[in-house]
Amino acid sequence: MTSTTTTPQSATTAVALSGVTKVYGRGPNAVLALDGVSLDVAPGEFVCLVGASGCGKSTLLNLVAGLDRPSGGQITLAGDANPGLMFQEPALFPWLTVDGNVEVPLKLRRLPRAQRRERVAELLRTVHLADFGRKRPHELSGGMRQRVALARTLALDTPVLLMDEPFGALDAMTRDILHDELERIWSERNLSVLFVTHNVREAARLADRIILLSSRPGRIIYSTEVDIPRPRRIDSPEVAAIAAEVTERLRTEVGRHGQ
Amino acid sequence: MASDTLTNTARTDAQISGLDALEIAGRDPEVSRGSRFWAATWPKLAALAIAILAWQLVVWSGWKPPYSLPGPLEVGRELVNQAQGPQLWEGLVTTLRRAAVGYVFSVAVGLLLGLAVARSKVLRAAIGSMITALQTMPSIAWFPLAILLFELSEKAIFFVVVLGAAPSIANGVISGVDYVPPLLLRAGRNLGARGLNLYRYVIAPAALPAIVAGLKQGWAFSWRSLMAGELIVVGISQTSLGAQLTYSRELSDAPWLLSTMIVILVLGLGVDAAFGAADKAIRRRWGVLDQAGN
Repeated sequence: MTSTTTTPQSATTAVALSGVTKVYGRGPNAVLALDGVSLDVAPGEFVCLVGASGCGKSTLLNLVAGLDRPSGGQITLAGDANPGLMFQEPALFPWLTVDGNVEVPLKLRRLPRAQRRERVAELLRTVHLADFGRKRPHELSGGMRQRVALARTLALDTPVLLMDEPFGALDAMTRDILHDELERIWSERNLSVLFVTHNVREAARLADRIILLSSRPGRIIYSTEVDIPRPRRIDSPEVAAIAAEVTERLRTEVGRHGQ
Repeated sequence: MASDTLTNTARTDAQISGLDALEIAGRDPEVSRGSRFWAATWPKLAALAIAILAWQLVVWSGWKPPYSLPGPLEVGRELVNQAQGPQLWEGLVTTLRRAAVGYVFSVAVGLLLGLAVARSKVLRAAIGSMITALQTMPSIAWFPLAILLFELSEKAIFFVVVLGAAPSIANGVISGVDYVPPLLLRAGRNLGARGLNLYRYVIAPAALPAIVAGLKQGWAFSWRSLMAGELIVVGISQTSLGAQLTYSRELSDAPWLLSTMIVILVLGLGVDAAFGAADKAIRRRWGVLDQAGN
């Protein structure tokens, strides 16, 4: 199965943002959500965007996903890839089974039935839900639903994954395990991930690079490489050290809004 | 290092399946179909028995003479009698044919109208509130106009049935489309569903519960309009159920009148039960049934 969307034109960037600005509303009531955000994500790179409330993290992902248009600046995706987007809620279709949900993007790409079935089975194995294909979303736990959503996004066969606090609503135990899962899938499939979170530990656990956004307007104020070897553990001292450093900067940024 | 990663993966796999097993354990205890059926049925049977008993008590009390209020036994005998003759069945066929034609046409009009209003801001501003206004108009109030337009014909009945049912169905579609969760729309668009595909894969299935509710309400309106029409527009057919009600009253044949009413009631209940079953099936799939399974 060759897909036209997976061949990047440039080997150096999977996602390129240059001077991206987003303004909501007009006139005196206009709100500047993002102000000149420039950012390159390399193929296979895991980038975490961290920021306090109102930093336009979700706005940024919407723009990259093409669900909204920037007011200024440019967003380029290698090979015009259609990036997959995941939300804090699984956003599964309640009228479909697990199989049916994962099948939707395949149907929309007009894959023949036999191939669809094969791909659905393979994707559900990837997220360890091979036995749950006939269940309905409401019969699963929160973590399982989020894994179905991941399988459904992977069915897009896209090299770029955008994740908007995907584990924010899960308990710590489930979240830890899903970190392991995401790390494995990311490296197996050589994905480029742009991962939004307000959980600094999570960012340090997962990211190759952490980017800190300021609030109102959202600007990049800090960026750091995370050189901790993988597989990592969220409770390791190296992860804690990075998290502490980012938290310190984040607090300074939040404090700036206190005056 | 490599073996370390391997054991790590194996351990993660075990943790995942363990967590999954713990989290979905003890969900939805299955109740057998038979006992569920019985639990839903016996209160209805009991209520029916009480209603018949109350009716019999009123008859026994001598509140009205038996020629205007016969007892359940006599009406039951008349019902059996009617079921053996052709008249009841001809009436049933006539009425059901009218109901079906009128309802199917209403569904077509209602769905198209609803979809058009849901999609277009201009149309919504123009006729959105008019649809609701139409819904509040008692259908019987349309009959004088309908008779002026179409005389005492089947067309007059059809006109009123459609006017009664189509707005409810359109309203169901409009509210269904309006209340599709925005998150599902975003997910659908991200998965590649644009334009018509977004309707097919996301909007239509997400709006289905509201559409079914609209269809159910539309049926109730069209059934009422039809009965009103058949009572008023008599003379075009000897046999419709509504006409039989009118004749039985004119002939002071109370058992015939009551047995016809029972047939009408049972028909209405039957269709209502069908809609109820459809609604329940949808809610079961969506996982929004309550504890009692309602």
